[in-house]
Amino acid sequence: MPHTDADAVALARGGDSEAFRALVERHSRAVYRLAHRMTGSPHDAEDVVQETFLKAYRQLGRFESRANFGTWLHRIAVNCSIDLIRGRRHQEAGHDASDLETLDTVDDSRVDPSPERLMLSTEVKEQVTRAMDGLTPMERAAFVLRHFEGQSIEEISRALGLKANAAKHSIFRAVRKMRLALEPFVEGSEG
Amino acid sequence: MNHLNDDDLVLHYYGEMPAAEESRAESHLGGCRECQANYARLQRVMAYVDSAPAFEAPAGFERTAWARLEPALDRPGGWLSWFVFSPARLAFAAGVVALIGGAFLAGRLLPRTLPTAPAAQSAEKIRERILLVDLGEHLDRSQMVLVELTSADEDRGPVDISIERSRAEQLVAANRLYRQTAAATGDAAIASLLDDLERVLVDVAAGPATVSQEDLGSMRRRIESKELLFKVRVVSSQVRARQKAAVQERTSPSTLGS
Repeated sequence: MPHTDADAVALARGGDSEAFRALVERHSRAVYRLAHRMTGSPHDAEDVVQETFLKAYRQLGRFESRANFGTWLHRIAVNCSIDLIRGRRHQEAGHDASDLETLDTVDDSRVDPSPERLMLSTEVKEQVTRAMDGLTPMERAAFVLRHFEGQSIEEISRALGLKANAAKHSIFRAVRKMRLALEPFVEGSEG
Repeated sequence: MNHLNDDDLVLHYYGEMPAAEESRAESHLGGCRECQANYARLQRVMAYVDSAPAFEAPAGFERTAWARLEPALDRPGGWLSWFVFSPARLAFAAGVVALIGGAFLAGRLLPRTLPTAPAAQSAEKIRERILLVDLGEHLDRSQMVLVELTSADEDRGPVDISIERSRAEQLVAANRLYRQTAAATGDAAIASLLDDLERVLVDVAAGPATVSQEDLGSMRRRIESKELLFKVRVVSSQVRARQKAAVQERTSPSTLGS
């Protein structure tokens, strides 16, 4: 297995599929995490992972070897998530209860805390998940890009194909909904 | 300065206020307890959001991701390379799913004659037949893998499923395309069937070439619990029936004369 991403990219460009496999193994979890946040669905996240690596594979020739492969891939994943969200723009509705059930059962193998902490973090995760599921796909995408990805409103408006004002208002609405859904828990936990 | 409203606080929180407004907001926040309290509530909610652990991919995700991906990557001449996405190909797949989807849901097939001009009607029928052959072939291949897995020898120790694994690898990409198209065209029943099928195919493709009796039994139970084989057979036989009808229609004198 190539030691660095740069080595793997160089080999993959030459048609070495095992080198590309190494890149998939290194980065697919991070892409999944991002895609899950953006789309709110494990199923969609899997599709985004697939599309992201397919696009990356086809565009390897355009990747500048001095750049960071993870960052480049991350951008592709954001775009793939947005494409998927745009494709469903007409639906503009939160996920239904069955989606929530699926989300709740997803294995979280990353954390390794005490039972109390695990219980608490599971509760927080459920509440935040439900709050985010109350956002429309566009609000969710705008919020994730702003809050988790640190993109500016201008960047978000370009990425989502919205006017800056519309992007800004998507974020406002998202934050308003998040506050409405989560303030009771936050205030409660504050004592 | 007037109080900062919720939206102002969001812009302030993310550092998105224009510089002039930002300094005014800062100085107002410094002296207004009401706005301070509101801003603190916003900060607490955002911290709460940040404290939620992210959703992680399930165990073994890297392997399944590769199993889905690999067949679509490097087969320039192979039939699977056809399934690499393009609008035209997606439209083709949409045609396949739309064609059989209604039949599966409603228990009937598409009307055999359409109110179109003869030339267009003829072209449409040819296209329809090609679509049917394509989907039929995919379902037959999938069925073959399922049958082999459910009827593999028992009580003889580890079982070699390398052939089934290799077939599953080849079917994953096409299945995925059909499944996505079914979902995009709102055909929930077909999408659900193809989803169940894909999960089995991916697991087989990403799994070892030799499995224990226990693992094979669990795979078999999974296939049986979803009545997957039965459902694939139903759709497959509907496709075959429609293919046959299309051929008969093409060769009958009334069709030729129309």
